[in-house]
Amino acid sequence: MDVTKIKNIDKITYRGEFDENTSPRKNLPEKASKMLPSIREAIIKSGLKDGMTISFHHHFRNGDYIVNMVLDEIAKLGIKDLTVAASSLTSCHAPMIEHIKNGVVTHIETSGMRGDLAEAVSRGLMDTPVVFRSHGGRADAIASGDIHIDVAFLGAPTCDIMGNANGYNRYEENATMCGSLGYAKVDAEYADCVVIITDHIVPYPNTPCGIPAVDVRYIVEVENIGDPNGIMSGATRYTKNPKELMIAKQTAEVIEHSGYFKDGFSMQMGSGGASLATARFLREKMEEQGIHCDFALGGITGQIAEMHEAGLIDKILDVQSFDLRAAESLKNNRFHAQIDGCFYAGYDFVGAAVNALDFVILSALEIDTDFNVNVLTGSDGVIRGAIGGHPDTADGAKMSVVVGPLTRGRIPTIVDHVQTVITPGVDVDVVVTDQGVAVNPRRPDLAEKLQEAGILLYSIEELKERAEKIVGKPDPIKYKDKVVGLALYRDNSIIDVIHEIDESDMSR
Amino acid sequence: MKIVKPASAGTLESSDIEIRIEPADEAGIEIHLTSSVMQQFGKKIEAVIKGTLEELGVESAYVDAVDKGALDCTVRARTAAAAHRAAEDSNYTWRVKA
Repeated sequence: MDVTKIKNIDKITYRGEFDENTSPRKNLPEKASKMLPSIREAIIKSGLKDGMTISFHHHFRNGDYIVNMVLDEIAKLGIKDLTVAASSLTSCHAPMIEHIKNGVVTHIETSGMRGDLAEAVSRGLMDTPVVFRSHGGRADAIASGDIHIDVAFLGAPTCDIMGNANGYNRYEENATMCGSLGYAKVDAEYADCVVIITDHIVPYPNTPCGIPAVDVRYIVEVENIGDPNGIMSGATRYTKNPKELMIAKQTAEVIEHSGYFKDGFSMQMGSGGASLATARFLREKMEEQGIHCDFALGGITGQIAEMHEAGLIDKILDVQSFDLRAAESLKNNRFHAQIDGCFYAGYDFVGAAVNALDFVILSALEIDTDFNVNVLTGSDGVIRGAIGGHPDTADGAKMSVVVGPLTRGRIPTIVDHVQTVITPGVDVDVVVTDQGVAVNPRRPDLAEKLQEAGILLYSIEELKERAEKIVGKPDPIKYKDKVVGLALYRDNSIIDVIHEIDESDMSR
Repeated sequence: MKIVKPASAGTLESSDIEIRIEPADEAGIEIHLTSSVMQQFGKKIEAVIKGTLEELGVESAYVDAVDKGALDCTVRARTAAAAHRAAEDSNYTWRVKA
């Protein structure tokens, strides 16, 4: 008998009768229990030390309590010099400013930042520049080990005692939900230690689940994981803003005549007012022309969920649910699938879903005459946004449509140079504003199709001049030399840097 | 036009500007501006306020302006309205500025 082909033959050799005391099966649930009484206990048990990296997800949006609760406990334990690798941060994370000042947090990796924390970072709060990555870029960096997460603290609306965690609740009506846990799934898979923080322990098995028990080391039950109103609103509201409706109507027409609007198409849409309204106009066209959609990807709204339930969209791939309606659909509909960040947009993953998109509709803070798009910094140079999946989808989709008003108050959207390049112009095909459409000269094929359909096209320079005629030419923003942020493209190479703003001349 | 009392025009709504004009002890127009678009348009807004007052023949005034991203036409209209009120002057010369 030759057993040399069986590589692990030494390990599997019979070792005599099982010792009852060491068989994990016999001792459940006490011995294998992952339940810990407090976040403090979980931090200690996780082995968190100075200089390590901790991670969080942003599926609770502006209602998140997890980041602040965990950092407060870490600070009390005297642990310092941590890297926070969050999928994104919002204005509710302003208390992190104190933890940066007292040395608990010394580096941040995130998709975006808003509010007081972003203002402080833009004014030079941190010694190390914040690294901003796209959702796909972050997933890749975690999978490849470029971001090595020592401990992931992941909030979940429900979890069973084994650690199967979900963004919804099958046991209680009207319980807090966040829908998909897509970005957190990557952390759960690759982090050395995963701590689930929940406010609803539910019966085993909490399946189908967002995060499987095999990835989870500890579970902590707390009073509240977040503010339900901040986590999610009932349904994203349909805009009544006439500018947004004009943009949406025009966008739907552009899509209709782009050559990509045919039976079996695929799409992604953002949650902005114009983008949502586009879904409604597109739905009308689908129903009129008997066209159905193979799959909708991305951040999912109630509008998309309703189209799925009406049979207009076959499948939904959901990395992040934008409203309760979408979260309910994820819970109830078999073909509304929960996908992780690598599946969604990983650059190193050939099969990333963004690469199968026909078109994507994206918003922008600024677009320049080279079609570069900024979604991270405001026109005053202050960080106030997030990269999100912008470059991932714009690059992956066959056609990217960037929508926005020509001007916002006195701020022009179309400018000579964006403050920060997030998505390069090569990835942007069409720009739709309330005052005209421009097609990237790299896409003469698209321009021809749209012109044939009678859509009036302008050059991007013409749109820029039009905006300037209304609001005037803005003075350039003044920056200091210090770099406060690095913006990474979807392949995790630096595409732009963000400087500290210079306000020395603002006190006139 | 002589400023004889404090008066204001405009609101703090988005895309508007609130202009408050007071008599000043010294000659000249002193402007205190805060704006949501200070870096990009601060100098321009001050120039438009000053220009509008000079056109109206105001030689001495203190102006407190709170801007929420108003366009130049709005800045001119609010400034002119506040100046007329502050000068107790209802002799408006309506015209469209090119």
